[in-house]
Amino acid sequence: MPGFDSPAAAAVVLDKGGLDGLIAGLGAGGFRVIGPTVSGDAVVYDDITSVKDLPAGWGDEQQGGRYRLVKRQDGALFGYTAGAQGWKRHLYPPRQTLFTARRKDKGYEVLPPPPAPPPMAFIGVRACELAAMAVHDRVFGDKTAPEPGYQRRRAAAFVVAVECGQAGGTCFCASMGTGPEVTAGFDIKLVELPARGVFVATAGSSAGADMLARLKVAAATEADKAEAARRVAGARPAKIMDTAQARGLQAKAEHSRWDEVAKRCLTCGNCTMVCPTCFCSSVEDSTDLKGETSERTRTWDSCFSIDFSYIHGGAVRTQARSRYRQWITHKLSAWHDQFGGSGCVGCGRCITWCPVGIDITEEVAAIAASDQGR
Amino acid sequence: MVQPENLGRILDEHPFFAGIPGDLRALLIGCAANERFDIGQFLAREGLPSDKFYLIRAGQVAIEVDVPGKKPIILETAAEGEVIGWSWIVPPYRASFDARAQTLVRALSFDGACLRKKMEADHSLGYEVMRRFVPMMGHRLQTARMQMLDLYGPAVVKARKGKAG
Amino acid sequence: MNAHARNPAPADPMMPHPFRIERVRRELSDTFTMEMVPQSGGGFRFRPGQFNMLYVFGVGEIPISISGDPGDGAVLVHTTRAVGAVSQALDNLKAGDIVGVRGPFGSYWPVEQAFGHDLVFVAGGVGLAPLRPAIYQAMANRERFGKVVVLYGARTPADILFRKELEKWRGRFDMNVMVTVDRVAGKWNSDVGVVTNLVAKGGFDPLHATAFVCGPEVMMRYVALALEKRGVALSSVWLSMERNMKCGCGLCGHCQWGSDFVCKDGPVFRYDQIADRLSVREL
Repeated sequence: MPGFDSPAAAAVVLDKGGLDGLIAGLGAGGFRVIGPTVSGDAVVYDDITSVKDLPAGWGDEQQGGRYRLVKRQDGALFGYTAGAQGWKRHLYPPRQTLFTARRKDKGYEVLPPPPAPPPMAFIGVRACELAAMAVHDRVFGDKTAPEPGYQRRRAAAFVVAVECGQAGGTCFCASMGTGPEVTAGFDIKLVELPARGVFVATAGSSAGADMLARLKVAAATEADKAEAARRVAGARPAKIMDTAQARGLQAKAEHSRWDEVAKRCLTCGNCTMVCPTCFCSSVEDSTDLKGETSERTRTWDSCFSIDFSYIHGGAVRTQARSRYRQWITHKLSAWHDQFGGSGCVGCGRCITWCPVGIDITEEVAAIAASDQGR
Repeated sequence: MVQPENLGRILDEHPFFAGIPGDLRALLIGCAANERFDIGQFLAREGLPSDKFYLIRAGQVAIEVDVPGKKPIILETAAEGEVIGWSWIVPPYRASFDARAQTLVRALSFDGACLRKKMEADHSLGYEVMRRFVPMMGHRLQTARMQMLDLYGPAVVKARKGKAG
Repeated sequence: MNAHARNPAPADPMMPHPFRIERVRRELSDTFTMEMVPQSGGGFRFRPGQFNMLYVFGVGEIPISISGDPGDGAVLVHTTRAVGAVSQALDNLKAGDIVGVRGPFGSYWPVEQAFGHDLVFVAGGVGLAPLRPAIYQAMANRERFGKVVVLYGARTPADILFRKELEKWRGRFDMNVMVTVDRVAGKWNSDVGVVTNLVAKGGFDPLHATAFVCGPEVMMRYVALALEKRGVALSSVWLSMERNMKCGCGLCGHCQWGSDFVCKDGPVFRYDQIADRLSVREL
């Protein structure tokens, strides 16, 4: 990851009080601290001020079209797998004002933008989510047209990663090469040892090291490190996506499976909303009643909507098969050509949050299994 | 009267029968005549017997249909190097459209009845003629379908506020 | 924080620059040309085939190709067909009004790559507008080419874009211009028939020709076939594609097509690199 220097990372151990100190310290340092918290029967990433806001003792149960919070016996703070939505909503919010303008003479003048919001600190970022951020760094980091809002938020963000202690029912990070181990892209990495109520922490940047240095920590023993390694070893998901098959989707544009999946797909776009790498957006204009002031707003959009492909006269992709195909072939296949890697990080959210439980890994396998087509 | 050797030279100048074997070329020339049409003259009239086809040597011909109460609609134009007329192959040998000279037109015409008789007697001549007419008819069909697409769309009708460009 | 916090903030590619309309010319009943200059002074550089996002205050923004002379950096020229809310709002603007401009975006007609070749422009309808800058560039470098051929198809004689200019070009000794219309009633002595017919007739050497094609997608597909039939190498045929665009710079995802963003990898593509995609429905 560019930007993250690698100081000699000596692992330390901190307890829940230490973690609380980290959250408070980040808050005091001017960060808006965002972490997992229970809201609406799901783990969501929202503002937190102390460890009390974290989902203590909550785990989750995920499968195609199903998400349930379940109580854990060990009181783990990070005992869930992936939250319902990723960090995208903070790094690239669903609604962003591009500018506000006021009518002036025969034209308009752009009003000065509001002051930039404070930098954010993210607590509990998973390996797949770090991979998703790295994907967006490329998507929004085009040499000629980098997206300045994303760049600013991303560059200023302080990242506290937490390695997974178990796999969720829909995860497949290992086959995508994105997890479960946290290897790069963090300021501080935590491994929770729930039985002891402590965390093994490693700095991934000088900012992270500075932060850890201010906390009450103990040096990690070899036994602590071994226990941390065992935790992540137990988090390898069973579900697998064949990446070579996935990359080959583009050559299967006329496969009959597209018709099959279209019979189930509701084209609701849930998968694109929860996907941590989907980045499509639209722009809308809203004007006050007098027509004096107008605001341009960028909103998340989805390739599953008909209007998405509208050119004068009609939409290019009218059928569900075309829109599902567009989504999955772009993410798994074309993304390699456009951004030098897959657009899928294996978080499994699109499977969990699909109302009819369409499983992206099953679709890839089915399409790869035959050449049946039109 | 144009001599057969001159008709042969005229035939060779036109791409339509290029490469036809010499013996068959001689049979063709036997049914050919050199013609000219002044502006406004018709090479064919819709619904009337059409027992000829033309290799256009110079000028431009409009293939058109007459619409009562309106100006005739030009469907396609054909010019030097092109061929007009295929109704002579298809019974009852009546023209489907008007063909009108838009300019002075010089053309080599072929008598359909004459050629049909020779094609029936010599199928290799029939084959050489048909293999040239089928692509021509296919081309006409394809371009007609493309015209039906109305590719560039109708002009957008919108309420203008009496504003000139 | 990490190192890229120290980089200066890049300019926002979504922020339009105000341009003042200097002149509006009606081309057809639904098509108009605007000349504009930056409100802050200076000029505008672009390459033929590129486009801008044009913003009308309070209404919205649309991609419109540039139709002016790339050799004239003082004025920005756009020719627009009013078919939607934003283009109709543009149509209602007058000299002195302000339009927001972002761009130029996208790939361009590779005029220099065609040096030494016959250069064939095939345009349909308002597709002549995005080609016009390349025609200007070619004529400014006329000695670099063999024949320069413009083949243009319109719906009816009343729909012929840049008619005076086409007539002027036709009068030149170093340019071959052919115009056909799909339908006509009444007096018309030029060609009637689809533009592909002109490809078959146009006087150029197919073995040493580069073709730039712009028009509705269906028209371009058939023109490419006609060029292939004529013997032009598919790697010498270039098309300009159109897809929904919200940003123009690869950020919004709307124009994603195969492995390309039409806005930034296109709109001008080499035919042999996109031919497979053109035959897939709803791609």
